[in-house]
Amino acid sequence: MSPQIADQTERPRAEGEGAAPPALVAFQGITKIYGTGMAEVRALDGVDLTIGAGEFVAIMGPSGSGKSTCLNMIGCLDTPTSGSYRFAGVEVGTLSRNQRALLRRHYLGFVFQGYNLLKRTSALENVEMPLVYRRVPGRERRRRAHEALAAVGLQGREHHTPAELSGGQQQRVAVARAIVTAPALLLADEPTGNLDSTTSREIMDLLTELNVERGITIAMVTHEEEMATYARRIVRFLDGRIVVDRERPADRVPGGGGGLAV
Amino acid sequence: MIWSTIRLALRELGRNAMRSSLTILGIVIGVGAVISMVTLGGGATSQITGEISSLGSNLIIVRPGTQPQHGGIQVQAAPFDRADVEAIVREVPNTEAVAPMTSAPTVAVFGNANWSTTVNGTLSAYLAARDWPLARGRAFTEGEEQAGAMVCLLGATVQDELFGRQDPLGASIRLGSAACRVVGVLEARGESTFGMDQDDFILAPLRAVQRRLVGDDDVDLMFVSAQSEAATAQVQGDLERLLRQRRRIGAGQEDDFTVQDMAEIATIVESTTGVLTTFLGAIAAISLLVGGIGIMNIMLVSVTERTREIGIRLAIGAQGHEVLLQFLLESTLLSLFGGLVGIALGLGLAAVAAPWLGVPFVLDPTIIVIAFLFSGAVGILFGYVPARRAARLDPIDALRYE
Ligand SMILES: Nc1ncnc2c1ncn2[C@@H]1O[C@H](COP(=O)(O)OP(=O)(O)OP(=O)(O)O)[C@@H](O)[C@H]1O
Ligand SMILES: [Mg+2]
Repeated sequence: MSPQIADQTERPRAEGEGAAPPALVAFQGITKIYGTGMAEVRALDGVDLTIGAGEFVAIMGPSGSGKSTCLNMIGCLDTPTSGSYRFAGVEVGTLSRNQRALLRRHYLGFVFQGYNLLKRTSALENVEMPLVYRRVPGRERRRRAHEALAAVGLQGREHHTPAELSGGQQQRVAVARAIVTAPALLLADEPTGNLDSTTSREIMDLLTELNVERGITIAMVTHEEEMATYARRIVRFLDGRIVVDRERPADRVPGGGGGLAV
Repeated sequence: MIWSTIRLALRELGRNAMRSSLTILGIVIGVGAVISMVTLGGGATSQITGEISSLGSNLIIVRPGTQPQHGGIQVQAAPFDRADVEAIVREVPNTEAVAPMTSAPTVAVFGNANWSTTVNGTLSAYLAARDWPLARGRAFTEGEEQAGAMVCLLGATVQDELFGRQDPLGASIRLGSAACRVVGVLEARGESTFGMDQDDFILAPLRAVQRRLVGDDDVDLMFVSAQSEAATAQVQGDLERLLRQRRRIGAGQEDDFTVQDMAEIATIVESTTGVLTTFLGAIAAISLLVGGIGIMNIMLVSVTERTREIGIRLAIGAQGHEVLLQFLLESTLLSLFGGLVGIALGLGLAAVAAPWLGVPFVLDPTIIVIAFLFSGAVGILFGYVPARRAARLDPIDALRYE
């Protein structure tokens, strides 16, 4: 008990930012092991990662290197085998399943690999869903969902179901669903994975805009170097470890990232 | 939140309308069967108890011999006699009327008309004891009772059959070989539940019937009415004591006669309907169980089919209990709907069958509410396991599920 409490009180100061708020995401020695014995897979192997508010981070690396595992970990969907993860100063390991659900509900937005929209449900209702769990009343919910759909350029498509939308449009609905709650942190797992390059660029422009204009922190997994150039910072994984962590030149991102104070 | 969850559940059920309707069939049939049976049974019971209370609620019936309630042997015993009747009148306090009765089958003849019926020898106290008013004419006088005069009162059916529209008062009819003057007509009571005509009899003074038609001094039955309902127990007790003494029944011996008040007779009827109710309850339990298993099965399928949806909801921030509620609501609405359809079906069936069976259609709100609540409970009970399975899914696994 007591060492953990000590950790929590000491670490923010150890980061040396004085009165500055704790980083949004702070991994310390995060390890995730799947299976046991011979079949053991270290999906993450002692990862230290800090993401500050306002950053736009691209997570890259070869297939199986642990990118999705890392993103799920950030999203409090997965629990580490060992290591400490603090979200905005809160030790996630001490939270119950329900508390983690509440954390996701109030602070996180997800754009899943392969859209993951509700079938046979209109775009509007898909976007409204996170607001339902936030207990936003119906009228306000619809207003905000319309707004979010307009922000991703889908006016007039509110009542289309996913089956009636193109892949790019579905991905936009997924983005709208993720941003309708104005989350502190947007997590996107290969948001352009299934899209052609034109549509991919549109989605990336949209994410950049959200990052720059609304100050939403973004962590995005991608395979494509081109997409990674939209981010301010690139983190590369290999066999569950971070091998590269560097910022991109400021000229690539209009306006420069928000909270990257180095 | 609860509203949108209900809307969601309804839509989900509507999407699989065919599957949903087949799923609730078990509950519909079970609830429908029970509702129709209980409604018809309730109609019959209310009719019977209505008749029993129309006999007069303070009425006590005394007969020789004992008749075990649930089958068994009927014990024969000596009949009563006029002295017993007189002793009761003399020694039992708080009685209003004491009417002995002896019956004989007879054929009544007037002019060309004849009608085979029963003649009951009694006293005019009979009318008070059974609370049976005269439609016209008068009762027997004490003189006629003492003398065993051949005068009679006609039941409504007998008057119709013999006289039609003619005036029977003062007319002389023949009962077997004896002539008898009509002095009054009883009010009509109609048919009993068992289809028996309650108005098909003739009343004559006890002594006249004993002497001219039966040929013995026996009293087969006594009607005693207490002055109030509160007094029935005391009157009943006194009757038993007096009759045991008069019939010389020793301390350890069983009665060889039966003293029954209307409450007891009603109890017998109710115990019969109680058996019926238990039986219906068993049918209901079985059909609801079968229906519930059907619902559980379909909900398990539904949870598996919608694993991805559950994963999305959990990832987006739904808590376990919110997912649980969503699925529980679905199963509960499903079974409640089955219950409603079953209730409608059962009532419809009962409404159609009631006139055909000759019983009144009595709507019992209690059983409807119970059926509704029970079907809801089935949905909660059998929906719980699938719903919990949904709530406990791991979000990542659920999202990956193909
Ligand atoms: N549930 C699991 N059970 C067992 N092993 C797993 C599980 N999830 C991931 N892994 C393993 O962990 C490692 C990292 O997986 P992860 O999904 O994070 O890779 P990735 O970098 O996202 O790959 P890709 O680019 O192909 O999506 C892989 O070797 C994978 O096989
Ligand atoms: Mg991946």
